[in-house]
Amino acid sequence: MARPPWACHSFDEDKHMPSVHGAKAGSLPLLVGAVAYDPKVVTIWEGFKSYFQKRGVEIDYVLYSNYDAQVRANLAGEIDVAWNSPLAWVKSQLDSKDGCRALAMRDSDRDLTTRVLVRKDAELASLADLKGKSIAVGASDSPQATLIPLSMLAEAGLAPGKDCRVLYHEVMVGKHGDHVGGERDAARALAAGKVDAACVLDSNYAVFINEGTLDPGTTKVLATTPPYDHCNFTARADLPEGRTQPFVETLLGMSFQDPEVRTLMELEGLKRWLPARTSGYRQLELAVKRFGLFEA
Amino acid sequence: MLDLTTKAQIDLGDVGLHEGAPVLLRRALARLAENEWLEVRAQAPEIEAELAAWCRKEGHFFEHSHAARDLYRIQRGRGKPSVTISQQEIAEVADPSWGLAPRGAQVEAGGPDFSFTLREKREVWAQDLSTLYKQAVANQWSAARDIPWDELPKLSAEVEAAVCQVMTFLTENEFAALYVPARFIARIHPYYREVVEVMAVLVADEARHAETFTRRAEAGGIGLGTTAVSGQLSLQTLLEEPDFTTAVFLLCVMGEGTFLSLLKFLEECAPDPVTSVLARYAHRDEARHVAFGTAHLRYVLSREPERRGALTSAVERRSRMLASVSGLSPYLYDALVVMAGGGLAPAQIRQGARRVAGLHREMDRSRRERLQSLGFNTEEATSLSAFHTKNFM
Repeated sequence: MARPPWACHSFDEDKHMPSVHGAKAGSLPLLVGAVAYDPKVVTIWEGFKSYFQKRGVEIDYVLYSNYDAQVRANLAGEIDVAWNSPLAWVKSQLDSKDGCRALAMRDSDRDLTTRVLVRKDAELASLADLKGKSIAVGASDSPQATLIPLSMLAEAGLAPGKDCRVLYHEVMVGKHGDHVGGERDAARALAAGKVDAACVLDSNYAVFINEGTLDPGTTKVLATTPPYDHCNFTARADLPEGRTQPFVETLLGMSFQDPEVRTLMELEGLKRWLPARTSGYRQLELAVKRFGLFEA
Repeated sequence: MLDLTTKAQIDLGDVGLHEGAPVLLRRALARLAENEWLEVRAQAPEIEAELAAWCRKEGHFFEHSHAARDLYRIQRGRGKPSVTISQQEIAEVADPSWGLAPRGAQVEAGGPDFSFTLREKREVWAQDLSTLYKQAVANQWSAARDIPWDELPKLSAEVEAAVCQVMTFLTENEFAALYVPARFIARIHPYYREVVEVMAVLVADEARHAETFTRRAEAGGIGLGTTAVSGQLSLQTLLEEPDFTTAVFLLCVMGEGTFLSLLKFLEECAPDPVTSVLARYAHRDEARHVAFGTAHLRYVLSREPERRGALTSAVERRSRMLASVSGLSPYLYDALVVMAGGGLAPAQIRQGARRVAGLHREMDRSRRERLQSLGFNTEEATSLSAFHTKNFM
C-alpha cells in the first residue's frame, strides 16, 4: 500500500478539516468515524452526538462502509478520531508507522478469547489433532473468528489451508467480523457436520447455545486463545491532545446508570468506557504478519 | 480502601452458563452494591472461561479464587439501572415516564414519555371504582344467550315498525355512548387504571347494546328505521366535547340518566317479551354507567365546587348549538306513541301520547333529582334539565 499523505498534514491546516458551518478550525466539532455494520450504528452516534453536545463537547460523526476506508480517512486527516476494530488499529499503526494513539475502549473490549469448538464425540484432544481436518471460521478479515485462532493453529504447527482445510464464512467482509453472522455460520457448519471444528468468540459460544444454533452438550472446547483486546478509538499522534481530551473525558464520564445513555451503551455493548491500552493486540499483529494480510 | 471481603456466596453446582447459571448469578449480584464481591462455587465443565466471558459482557470483574479449584470471585460492576417506583398509594399526579407500568411496579429510568394528557387524579377519579368494575364484570350478559329470541311474536306491521324505529334510535345513541369513553380511554394515564377499567367495560356494554338493538330490529322481518338529522346533530356535540368531566357529565349523568327513564318505559310498554327483556338488561348496565358518572362528578365537585358553573355553561352551550333542533324527532316520537298505545286506532294513539308525555315528565323529574344530588340547587337543576337536549342523550 502506498504511503498515505497524512504525515504532511497537520491539524491546523483548514483545508483538511471539514467545512462545517464555516467555523474556524478550533471550534469545529470533533469528527468521529465509525463503520456502519448495522443500522443501530446511526442510533448510537446520533445519541452520543446529542449527549456530548449537552455537555458542551461538539462532535459529529461520519459513517464508513468498511474499515479500510475509515483508516485511510483517519490517516489523511479527514476525520479526527476513528472507532476502530482491532484490525483497523493494527492497520493504522502499520500504515502510519506507529503514528497513531489509542484513546479509549469499552470494558468489554478487554481480554476476549476465541474458542476452537469440536463435536463432543470427536476423537480430538489437541490442536495438533486437527491435521488433515477442516475448520470453520468467520469472515476472512475477522480478528476474533478467523485471524487470531488461525494464527494460534499455525503456532501449534498446522499451516491453515495446507495442513488443515479452512472454510470461511464471508459475511460483510471489510467490516472485520463486527457482524456476528459469519461466526454463526461457522457454528452452524460444525453443528451440521460439514466441518470438524469451528472458531467462535467466547461470549458468542453461550449465545449460540442459548439461541439454538448449537445444541447444548453436543460440542466441547478443543482450545482457547490467550486473551486479546478488541476495539479502540484511534487518533493520529499529531492531533493535539487538547483536541481529543474533552471527548475522552466526556466518554469516560458516561455512566450506565444515566438513563439518557444507558440504552446507547447497551446497543454499543458496554457498561463503561476505559482508557485504551495497546498491550492486547500482539496476537493480531503476529497474525497479520504471519498471513501477510496487508502485503501488496 | 479496596474492600476485598466476600459479601455473598453462591453455589452453581454443575449448572453451566447456557443451562441457566446467569439466572442465579444475576439474583446474587443484584443484592450486592458496586465493587462488592460474590464468591461462586461452580463445577460445570469449562465454567471458568464461561464465567470470565459472561462477567466481561455484564461489566463485572472476575477472578479465580486462590482458596479452591472450583471457587471463583466476581466483583460487582456498575450496571444496575436506576429505578423509580410509581407510588402504590394513588398519587395526585402520574409521571409520564411511568408509562404503561402497573402501579407499584419498579420502572427503569430513561423510558419514553407517554403522552397521556389526563394524568391528574382530580381530572378522572371517582370513589368506589373497584366496586363498579366488579359489578360490571359480574353482570355481563350475552345477546345470544340471555335474550328469549324464540319468544318473539308476530306483531302487527305498524307496531313492529314502531319497535324497529325505536331500536334504530337506541342503536345510534349506544354508538355515541361507546365512542365518547373510547376517545378518552387512550388519554387517561394507566396509573389510574380503575377509571380505565370501568370505562373499558362501559364501552363493551355499549357495543353489546348496539348489537342487541340492531338484532331486535332485524328479528321481526322489517329491519332498521330512519335516522334523523336532529339526533345526529345532538350526538355530534356530545362526541366533540373535549373536556373529560364535562363529557362524563353530559353523557353519563344527563344523557344516560335520561335513558334510564326511556329504557324503563320500554320495558313496561314493550309489545313483546324480547324487547322488554333487552330493555331491562340494558337498563341495568346504564344504571351502572350513571353511577360512574355521578361518582366522578361528586368527586370533582367536592374538590372544585366552582366547576358547577362550567358544567351549567356546557349544557347551555350545547343547547344553543342545537337551537335548530326543535324537539324530539317525529320518527321517534311517533314510534314511541304507536308502541306505547299498541296500534294506530285513535284510542290507542291517545293512550300512547299520554304515556309518552308521562315519560317526558319522568325524565325531567329524575334529571332534576340527580342534579340536586350533585349539589345543584332546585333552580339550577330545573333550568339545566330544561336545557338538556330534546333527543334524550
